[in-house]
Amino acid sequence: MSDVALALGGASFDGLVKIEELAGQGMVTLRGDLTDKAIVKAVKDVFGVALPDIRETAFSGSTGALWMSPDEALLLCSYDEAQAKADELAGKLADAHALVVNVSDARAVFQLKGSLLREVIAKLAPVDMSPDAFKPGMVRRTRMAQVAAAFWMDDASTARVVCFRSVGEYVFNLLSTAADTNASVGHYSS
Amino acid sequence: MSTRVQTQGRLINRDRPVSFKFNGALMKGYQGDTLASALLANDQMLMGRSFKYHRPRGVVASGSEEPNALVNLGEGNRFEPNQRATTTEIFHGLTATSQNHWPSLEYDVGVVNNLLSRFLSAGFYYKMFIHPRPFWKHIYEPFIRHSAGLGKAPDAEARDVDRYEHFYAFTDVLVIGGGVAGLQSALTAARAGAKVLLLEQTAHLGGRAPVDGGTIDGMSPEAWVEKARADLAAMPNAQIRTRTMGAGVYDHGYVLGYERLTDHAPEVAGPRHRLWRIRAAQIITATGAIERPLSFAGNDIPGVMLASAVRDYLVNYGVSPGDRTVVVTNNDDAYRTAIALVQAGLKVPAILDARPQGGGALMDEAKALGIRVETGAAAVKVKGAKRVHSVCRGVQAGEGEVLEEIFCDAVAMSGGWSPVVHLWSHCGGKLNWDADQAAFRPDHTRAPTSHDGQAFVIPSGAADGAFHLSDVLQNAVTAGQTAATRVGAKAGDAAAPAATAPDEAPLVPVWMMPQGAQKKLRMKAWLDYQNDVKVSDVQLAAQEGFESVEHTKRYTTLGMATDQGKLSNINGLATLAHALDAEIPQVGTTTFRPPYTPISMGAIAGEARGEIFQPIRKTPMHAWHEANGAHWEPVGHWRRPYAFPRKGESVHDAVNREVQATRKSLGLLDASTLGKIIVKGPDAGKFLDMLYTNMMSTLKPGKCRYGLMCTENGFLTDDGVVARIDEDTFLCHTTTGGADRIHAHMEEWLQTEWWDWKVWTVNATEQFAQVAVVGPNARKLLEKLGGMDVSKEALAFMEWKDGTLGGFPVRAYRISFSGELSYEIAVPANLGRAFWDKLVEAGKEWDITPYGTEALHIMRAEKGFIMIGDETDGTVIPQDLGLDWAISKKKEDYIGKRAQARSHMTDPKRWKLVGLETLDGSVLKDGAYAIAEGTNENGQTNTQGRVTSTYHSPTLNKGIAMGLVLNGPDRMGEVISFTNGDSPAAKARIVNPVFFDPEGEKQNV
Repeated sequence: MSDVALALGGASFDGLVKIEELAGQGMVTLRGDLTDKAIVKAVKDVFGVALPDIRETAFSGSTGALWMSPDEALLLCSYDEAQAKADELAGKLADAHALVVNVSDARAVFQLKGSLLREVIAKLAPVDMSPDAFKPGMVRRTRMAQVAAAFWMDDASTARVVCFRSVGEYVFNLLSTAADTNASVGHYSS
Repeated sequence: MSTRVQTQGRLINRDRPVSFKFNGALMKGYQGDTLASALLANDQMLMGRSFKYHRPRGVVASGSEEPNALVNLGEGNRFEPNQRATTTEIFHGLTATSQNHWPSLEYDVGVVNNLLSRFLSAGFYYKMFIHPRPFWKHIYEPFIRHSAGLGKAPDAEARDVDRYEHFYAFTDVLVIGGGVAGLQSALTAARAGAKVLLLEQTAHLGGRAPVDGGTIDGMSPEAWVEKARADLAAMPNAQIRTRTMGAGVYDHGYVLGYERLTDHAPEVAGPRHRLWRIRAAQIITATGAIERPLSFAGNDIPGVMLASAVRDYLVNYGVSPGDRTVVVTNNDDAYRTAIALVQAGLKVPAILDARPQGGGALMDEAKALGIRVETGAAAVKVKGAKRVHSVCRGVQAGEGEVLEEIFCDAVAMSGGWSPVVHLWSHCGGKLNWDADQAAFRPDHTRAPTSHDGQAFVIPSGAADGAFHLSDVLQNAVTAGQTAATRVGAKAGDAAAPAATAPDEAPLVPVWMMPQGAQKKLRMKAWLDYQNDVKVSDVQLAAQEGFESVEHTKRYTTLGMATDQGKLSNINGLATLAHALDAEIPQVGTTTFRPPYTPISMGAIAGEARGEIFQPIRKTPMHAWHEANGAHWEPVGHWRRPYAFPRKGESVHDAVNREVQATRKSLGLLDASTLGKIIVKGPDAGKFLDMLYTNMMSTLKPGKCRYGLMCTENGFLTDDGVVARIDEDTFLCHTTTGGADRIHAHMEEWLQTEWWDWKVWTVNATEQFAQVAVVGPNARKLLEKLGGMDVSKEALAFMEWKDGTLGGFPVRAYRISFSGELSYEIAVPANLGRAFWDKLVEAGKEWDITPYGTEALHIMRAEKGFIMIGDETDGTVIPQDLGLDWAISKKKEDYIGKRAQARSHMTDPKRWKLVGLETLDGSVLKDGAYAIAEGTNENGQTNTQGRVTSTYHSPTLNKGIAMGLVLNGPDRMGEVISFTNGDSPAAKARIVNPVFFDPEGEKQNV
């Protein structure tokens, strides 16, 4: 949705990787037992994806699910659909023990594009970013420098980073600094 | 004199001259020089003055162990003190100055300390300056501070202009040290399939081997090193980082690496240093060994150097330290230096070998070159002032009788080699004393262990006490195999490359030269160059009862400061052992602590500087506040407007205006920062009853209730309004600073204590922007926007409702922290700014006034509402604040209940909250104490209370305050005195803390 008032109004930076604040991303937090069959089914019905395994992601077109913890998933959809999907999921889970919250406005989302995205992230997050340890289909809920962040890879040269809205500017500046053209590390072979 | 020779210099590029400045003089070196080698090439042997006696000092070593050649490097915003000339690669335009002298390096008045040295013995400062007491601060300390100390502090106004960064890396095997041992260990582990990262602190791989000679696999060491490098580079599972020091080994295989990217080329853009934060399953410390000086009189005179350093300068940089170099040794290795010097066409008048039998093959080689070898010999003393003049030869077994004076301009000394065990020891690796090699070596059976009890550090090569080239390589292979198997790779190839090197005869430990040196000689025999500690000082410390090596270190300063005793450690503790008549292993070593050598503050800070020094949290309306002149206040990581001063208006006046406008008409507050935690589940009510002191489970959906949260110890920790959303769901508001903390508090109790309760929580703070619309005209404004019924009947005080206002989807809460008619309206964060703008526009007819945190504080204080962090400080319980009404008597339990029943908590003498009104209308000082009769046992005035909040109330036009006072609520109307800075005590009357609208009529309309 192009008229969503983003945390940074759609900032971008071009360096070791290209960094762009993404337009509104629908996000729904689900707290519940991710192995509970009723919950798995309801998510499948509403978001069209199976709940992912530990530290993994599941995508189906524009919807998806990110593993956040054994009892938390972050469900993705278009910004406009988020409230309706959250309500629908909550309705289906009325009898289950679960909490569903639309958090689409709570976060800023950045896309990192470029072959060096691994080293840009590895400057900020205590995560093994080597290609054999972190690949598309995985997600990490961790920190970047001093704030909470999560990220996943859409493909070998594209990653998305989410952080809280209030620190969007801080994270954008962190990423831009880490992506300074003159600060290449050259640590990963691919 | 020291000079550049025409041959050798494998690390310099003679086609690339580099000019630099030392103490203002322009000098020339070559690309590849260190500052030390370039200074020597310019005959600048004198590089600094010593710390205590201001003795002239020259470079003694060639690597990171250097204690003397410390310089002030760079200027202005790039100035750094205490930089080692031996590890500083020169570049065009480098400027350095020597340290610790006045007025100049050549002529230094502080050298007077040298003449007084007999009075400046161990513990001198402790003994001399202790009495009379006042003299320390005013006379002794300023004098000592002027005469002692190393480099200068950077200019107070200087700002580091460079950038730094961190990098997180993960590997199976981390190899620290890129000499032949490190390279071989890396090859073995990588070939076995392990992921390997190798760090080398210098710019060059190979360590000492290319200088020391021998053959590996039939190649020169240099050729073998290049092949090893190429082999590693060709493997996708191996990485090499030069100019990167393994700085410290920490628990569970965490290692800090210190990469110096542009120190050698400051014109290159990009970060200057990069701090590697490495997680390694196994760590191989291939850190080599450091040569020990010999303790003879005058061993600190410029021109006396380690034998290995003399050889390094010659072979690596083509620099000779002198035309005539006497070699003094207790081992075979130093013969290599004599041989190298003679082969380069320089003179070696004699080798003084302390061993009666002399050495092995290398001695024979030296003799064959015509070098005179004296066995059982000692350097009794070196003569010279700013430069070596001669060596006096005697016998090692004697007391210092001089048999011959040998004229020379340099001395190459070797007392044997100490494995660099620092990184092995950082995380608890233990050492054994190897009497044959006179060195501490890692004890493999007592390695540092990880979370699983398994060893995670493996020493390799000389760092493990393997000194012969073939032993080094075999040891390195074993280390590589051990690491590989421990990380689950194959054992790999057990064969070590074939190496040849001369066999060496055993050394003889020499801790004093000559062994029976008289006191006069011992007083000039330096153990620790950097701290001016002599053999006689350590002996005196032992005599005075300092038996522990740690105590001796602190008493004498042996092994302190920037080099941390890399040269002095073993000689010092051997001297101590001798003085105590103990064995060396009984004395032990001092603790090895990271970092191995000092690392820059910038590298530690990493990217955190300037605008990303710290995250600043911004609400959706932040930009509006900024554009409208907000005077900011940090609250947690948030920035909140303190007030919105208009042009020409003071902050104080702005605050008064904001309060009055709100009370009279209409105010607007950005309340987005308040925490909003959703709590849901069949047990949510039960859970909140435990978290809050009051009853939450009885709250009806659609209603709000103010609640207090305490810690287990009963102290008030947070407060806020809870709204019940539906039967199973609550929304808990927290303080601005409390959202993350209280959410974590909830999760901790749910995960550790009440794991079987069915409750989920989500911190939804950032999903919503929240705006408080406050004042008598608040309802009119919302009615003007339209969309939902906000009348008293439809939305009563302490109720909430979902709806729309002006087209925005909202949740409106009728809550008030100001005592006025007030709505707090939550909208999705992305709509926050648009909603705010709409309110500002629509509110113009009522002169809508955005207000900041100070107006908020004043209005709540006028109402007697407490503020977490003002009325509470971690020692205050709700009962102290008269909040008994918010503490349920019916509940069996809540967090803090039992603590609040402790005798001290129920003590009637606990200070209690009251209002305070000054008699003259002035404002009490924040934190002022209420004065009581008499004084305590320390002669201090007794107190009976303190001010917790104090303001000028624009509404009442006088100073109002809240405070905790002894028996306060029982003393209404009484006047008591408060401290008032340097002014006479302020008088204030104890009153009800609710100053404004005590009946609450204004908020409930």
